[in-house]
Amino acid sequence: MNSSVIVFPGSNCDRDIAVALEKLQFQNKMVWHKDMSLPKSDLIVLPGGFSYGDYLRSGAIAGKSNILKEVVKAANNGCLVLGICNGFQILTETGLLKGALLRNKNLKFIGKDIHVKVINTKNKFCNNYKENQVLKLNIAHNEGNYFTNKEHLKELEDEDLVPFKYCDEKGNVNEENNPNGSLNNIAGIFNKNKNILGLMPHPERMVDKIISNNDGVNLFTSLLN
Amino acid sequence: MKITNTIVEKHGLKPEEYSKIKDLLGREPNLLELGVFSAMWNEHCSYKSSKIHLKNLPTKGKQVIQGPGENAGVIDIGDDDAIIFKIESHNHPSFIEPYQGAATGVGGILRDVFTMGARPIALLNSIHFGSPDHPKTKSLLNGVVSGIGGYGNCIGVPTVAGEIKFNSTYNENILVNAMAVGHAKKDKIFYSKAKGLNKSVVYVGSKTGRDGIHGASMASAEFDDNSEDKKPTVQVGDPFTEKLLMEACLELMQDNSIISIQDMGAAGLTSSSVEMASKGDLGMELHLDMVPCREENMTPYEMMLSESQERMLIILEDGKEKDAKKIFKKWDLDFVVIGKTTNTNNLTLKFEKEIVGEIPIDALATKAPMYDRKWIKTKLPEKKLQIKDLKKITLEDALLKILSSPNQSNKSWITNQFDQMVMTDTVQRSGSDAAIIRIHKKEKAIAVTVDSSANYCKAHPYTGGKQIVCENWRNLISVGAKPIAITNCLNFGNPEDSKIMGQFAECLLGIKDACEFLDYPVVSGNVSLYNGTNKKSISPTPVIGGVGLIANINNKINQYLKKDGNIILQIGKNFGQLSQSVFLEEIYSITDGPPPEINLSNEKNNGLSILKLINDKLVSSVHDVSSGGLIIGLVEMTFNSSYGIKLNKPKNLSNLMEYYFSEDQGRYIVEVEPVNLKKVNTILEENNVFVEILGSVQKDYFEVPGELKINTKELYKTNNTWYSNL
Repeated sequence: MNSSVIVFPGSNCDRDIAVALEKLQFQNKMVWHKDMSLPKSDLIVLPGGFSYGDYLRSGAIAGKSNILKEVVKAANNGCLVLGICNGFQILTETGLLKGALLRNKNLKFIGKDIHVKVINTKNKFCNNYKENQVLKLNIAHNEGNYFTNKEHLKELEDEDLVPFKYCDEKGNVNEENNPNGSLNNIAGIFNKNKNILGLMPHPERMVDKIISNNDGVNLFTSLLN
Repeated sequence: MKITNTIVEKHGLKPEEYSKIKDLLGREPNLLELGVFSAMWNEHCSYKSSKIHLKNLPTKGKQVIQGPGENAGVIDIGDDDAIIFKIESHNHPSFIEPYQGAATGVGGILRDVFTMGARPIALLNSIHFGSPDHPKTKSLLNGVVSGIGGYGNCIGVPTVAGEIKFNSTYNENILVNAMAVGHAKKDKIFYSKAKGLNKSVVYVGSKTGRDGIHGASMASAEFDDNSEDKKPTVQVGDPFTEKLLMEACLELMQDNSIISIQDMGAAGLTSSSVEMASKGDLGMELHLDMVPCREENMTPYEMMLSESQERMLIILEDGKEKDAKKIFKKWDLDFVVIGKTTNTNNLTLKFEKEIVGEIPIDALATKAPMYDRKWIKTKLPEKKLQIKDLKKITLEDALLKILSSPNQSNKSWITNQFDQMVMTDTVQRSGSDAAIIRIHKKEKAIAVTVDSSANYCKAHPYTGGKQIVCENWRNLISVGAKPIAITNCLNFGNPEDSKIMGQFAECLLGIKDACEFLDYPVVSGNVSLYNGTNKKSISPTPVIGGVGLIANINNKINQYLKKDGNIILQIGKNFGQLSQSVFLEEIYSITDGPPPEINLSNEKNNGLSILKLINDKLVSSVHDVSSGGLIIGLVEMTFNSSYGIKLNKPKNLSNLMEYYFSEDQGRYIVEVEPVNLKKVNTILEENNVFVEILGSVQKDYFEVPGELKINTKELYKTNNTWYSNL
């Protein structure tokens, strides 16, 4: 499978995701934000970091970059797109995903391990996970507090467009285990066609036991099925 | 403009120093030249009070590639790998403007490391605040922690370890020390020494603004009641630009374009150009019209003294300008040739086609004042305390009180504001004795830690100096690393006071003796003097940052209990000495008496024996005994674990409090599987290491029979109360 990781000025998880993709047998290419075209890609990844310093608003400037026009085109043609952390923020800024990521409710950067529950597995990104499986992943963000309007929230829930929700280690989804204040404990969402996934936790940080665990592996291997 | 006494004083120069300037120049300086002198001759840049003592430190060793004097120290960790690291203070700016002060402290130390060709792989910090009840403490704490995180998180270097202390001595002068560690290839290390005539001097990075003018001079004076007015001297950080600058520099370093490179840190363009020229025994001519400026109508004076961040000076090989410029354009950074190297041995400053300043380089660098300041010894305080005379407290009450005290509290409120995992090589995050970072795509790792013990150093500077080196060494041993070298950040008060100067001299002597004995050289460092306000200096607070090597990553170990039924041993002797302990300070507010004694020979013997046990895979967890004593160490081993400990009744016990809370040095706690006990005992016996069986691992409870039995989750909660109420 061919993957492309888009590198913006200020991206800082680009190397990490590339290492994970290569480890899990993807043929990966790095794509510079000023490039005018994309290499042949089955998967496009928008990595974590602080694109353009996030000085205007997280992901706002990256959403207007050259290469994003190509990403939008590819996404609309069904290419798989994964936005992690800042990548998720960029996806909401481009409109590929609806809603917005607000400041964390405690108004602080949060960098720690959290648990998420796999809510549904009938999609390209999660089919190697078990339904209701609890994963330990890592978050590191200032703005991960997912917000959207009531109609869209209902659509997300009714059409199984929320693959991951924050929970405790036993899988209980409740306010106490909502690190950043996201609506309904949402940690990640799909677009309607489920070919675009945005999530705040970093699955690429959980593909190596000596560092952490292997809970992120199946997100990538699912794509290879 | 006529240089008056007032102008000289405003530049932080003493009248006799000004006379020396006139002698060196053979004339009066103009204002620009005076500014350049003040930037180079202040304490922060010239080390004029400290140099004479610093030169006694051991700086050489088999694994040392570069000792002090460069942007950072460099050590050899085998294969073609080098580790480049340094610690630096940003105390004064952080007190005035905590967020930006701390952020730019991180930015500055990162530049020191990537300037030399290393990709930064870890950040650490040592932060000291005033009393927890002081009205400024909470907002300073919030600002500093957000600033450290704000910079490191954005640039994408994990912040993996640190220490925080509260003490009223820092009420009006907090300490913010940041350490950066980077990895480079041994044959790709870059230095600041200029070479060759008529080589292009290139300015890269951010534009120059009016921020931070005279920052280094500010950092070389005590605070007074008007310190808030110094806000404009604090620089503003831009981690995004630094990320671009770092990537651009590392990209340019792939080939052989760079002759030398120096970051513009304290005293900006002045110190970078002078240091490069001085080391290369050359002159340098700068055309200040060419300096990229952020603001209009900036004067040569402002350009030379600005401490705007995220800038570098590079001397390039002939004909490399075009390719180098392409790289910086790619990253949207300024790249301007602003001058050349010359054979005049002068710093020549040109502006609007005129020479506006001309100073011999050696007058600024090697001929800067150096002082052998008067210093007096601190007498070893007598031990007067009799534990019997103190009001009785139960072991349980004392334990819970100490666990919930700000200084012993769990630091996750802080560390949860840092990205500890970016770069995905963090094998062990903060919370254990040292953090562990894997060398990218290799099977080896480094361990890193920072430590300080201001209370010990205040009580007896020489012993305190030895103790911090030992403590740091012990922390690396405790995670399975062989300690290699240190960097130090020497935070002290006013050197013009002979008592303070004595603290400095004696702490340094202690550091020297311990480093020599443990074969643990100093490869880089920073001195921060004049920490104090209104003539009241802070306690002497040298901070040690250590780096060790774990040659086989599978030999790493941590402090968390592993298995029910395992045996808990104390290694090293417990003498029950309580003065200068956390116990006496927290429970009785007693802060006099001598610090615990340091026996370097035991320290080394115990440490190397522990390392052998770890490498032979005979122990399941290791933790060093440090502040709070044995019982705090034991409780800390139950965190991040589902197990507790049942202790035996101590033998030969004179007093329970002395036994559990003493901070006698050179001690470790280890967890051993019963099948390994015999082998462990044999090795310890062969090496003449004192060992005592303390108890065994059990589920859920921490228990001292007849004294206390508490669920470890409760203890953890107690340890987290202070920060959760912030």
